Amino acid sequence: MKIIQLKDITKIFHLGGETVRALDGITLDVPQKDFLAIIGTSGSGKSTLMNILGCLDTPDQGEYLLEGVPVNQLNKNALADIRNQRIGFVFQGFNLLSRTTALENVLLPLMYRRDHRIAHPREKAEKALEMVGLKERMHHEPNQLSGGQQQRVAIARALVTDPAIILADEPTGNLDSRTTEEILALFQQLNDDGITIVLVTHEMNVAEHTKHVVEMRDGRIINNYQVSLRRFAQQKQTVPIPGNPQSPL
Amino acid sequence: MKFRQFIILALRNILRNRMRSLLTMLGIIIGLASVISLIALGKGSQADIEEKISTLGTNLIMVKPGSTQTHGVRGGAGTRSCLTMEDVTAISRLARKVLHVSPLIRVSGQVIAGNANWNTSIEGVDITYPMIRNYEIAQGAFFTPRDMKVKAKVAVLGQTVVDELFPGLNPVGTRIRIGAIPFDVIGVLAEKGQSAMGNDQDDLIFVPSTTALYRMGDGETVHDIMASAVSKSAIDQAQDEIAAILRSTHGLGADDEDDFEIRNQTEIVSTATQVTTTLTLLLSAVAGVSLLVGGIGVMNIMLVSVTERTREIGILIAIGARSSDILVQFLIEAVILSLSGGVIGILAGVGIALGLGAAMDTQVIFEPFTMLLSVGFTAIVGIFFGYYPAKKASMLNAIDAMRYE
Repeated sequence: MKIIQLKDITKIFHLGGETVRALDGITLDVPQKDFLAIIGTSGSGKSTLMNILGCLDTPDQGEYLLEGVPVNQLNKNALADIRNQRIGFVFQGFNLLSRTTALENVLLPLMYRRDHRIAHPREKAEKALEMVGLKERMHHEPNQLSGGQQQRVAIARALVTDPAIILADEPTGNLDSRTTEEILALFQQLNDDGITIVLVTHEMNVAEHTKHVVEMRDGRIINNYQVSLRRFAQQKQTVPIPGNPQSPL
Repeated sequence: MKFRQFIILALRNILRNRMRSLLTMLGIIIGLASVISLIALGKGSQADIEEKISTLGTNLIMVKPGSTQTHGVRGGAGTRSCLTMEDVTAISRLARKVLHVSPLIRVSGQVIAGNANWNTSIEGVDITYPMIRNYEIAQGAFFTPRDMKVKAKVAVLGQTVVDELFPGLNPVGTRIRIGAIPFDVIGVLAEKGQSAMGNDQDDLIFVPSTTALYRMGDGETVHDIMASAVSKSAIDQAQDEIAAILRSTHGLGADDEDDFEIRNQTEIVSTATQVTTTLTLLLSAVAGVSLLVGGIGVMNIMLVSVTERTREIGILIAIGARSSDILVQFLIEAVILSLSGGVIGILAGVGIALGLGAAMDTQVIFEPFTMLLSVGFTAIVGIFFGYYPAKKASMLNAIDAMRYE
């Protein structure tokens, strides 16, 4: 089953009289349990695509089906509910609420949830924090946590609603290489557990940890391939892959 | 529901900026504290005045002669001397809504007891007068009908007169002289204190009206007629009856104006309290303006808060908050801000009223309804002035908001 189906998505921005085709006919399928990396330089349209995938923005043309639901036809409130229940966001800048404990940050999406399907929000949030290995620090506020830990809290917040997909926008952009490995290991582990992940990055070595890479330039997909020589982050690494070629990017 | 969580979040945001929140609330606190304390003190002093006036008597009706008019020159109130004992007799016989009636013959005189003397007001009254004016006898007795009939030279002294002439002694049974006429003291009035107008109601001597009329007056003229109506609601009717009776005994035609004036207690009360009422109203208006200014303060700080928290709002929208959620969240915060200002203001107002009431020795009357109304009003102020900032927050675009630094 396809979680995401994009058909001919186009998004045009008007910047000071100039027309910019940020997305120019994107067609893309993301199957369940996929781990997709969208890579490209800045200005390639990958962030715009991410916003559309995350229902934060709507395309000017084309069709977007999320779990078979045509998202472009939904109103603002329905989009908010989809973001709340079906999508988990992980941002480059973590975007946690300051002076709010890790647990409360993770509880936040459940507060806006309308279908009341989660009976014990607190236990659910604690479990999500346990999954990302932060159970002991759940009463710490963001400024008491390291960058990697903050990003783990953000991932727990994305997981807590049992979303169909996790969208991660440069999740390792603010992290050092060791912490980047940790976070990527966490993503790989979550993906192994069956969670679909779409990750936007401009770093090839991050993309190599995924299963499937879509390369963008000037609003178009110029390359779409399965990762043949997948890298595994250190914590899960079992078999070293000899002669792994470095990406030219 | 999540309403509770919204309230917790709002409280946390308010407590996070304690100083700022307090300063924001200050406008509302001051506004409400002044409203509450002013109304409490206003009502209290009004009650004080009413209480003092009620010492004048129960359901009291006063009849005074009208003004004189000689060749177009009009004298003041009470300058005409047209009330007589016949009027009093007619009222007591004919007016059904009148419970008691008594003439009042008032002369000023020098009173001598032993080697002490004192100038006071001598009032000739009937035996019903203590009932009309709420006087009580502390010692001895009041006049008897026989005293009235024989024009007995007996006197009942007010407490001030006793203090002046018989300091520390019981005057009952002794003899005093009023002018040249000797009187036996048969009783002493219980102390009544000052009237609402500030005159000493104990500085007087009562003598039988007949005695006053024939030994001190001209045998005919009565200065005032005091009456009491059977009930408070009958005051107006009683007043009309008295007017009708007096018009007929005075032989006035249909076109003639009254040659007397009738006033009752409620009129005096309303005159006396009018100033307080007006003042309370005026000050309340000022307090209302300060509430308005407080509301603008809330709006200002909420706008600042929305700008400060733009990123946070962006995050909330991204993780699935509807714009209505954001609106409600900020509205709750504004309402809590103004409402807690209101509650603190009421407490402060109660404190100020009690303090001032104790300092000025006036009553303080709190009306729960007014307080409830003002709390409701502050909530409305919060909603009214919080709506625009909250709406602004709810309209934010998540992508732009999250990028905001």
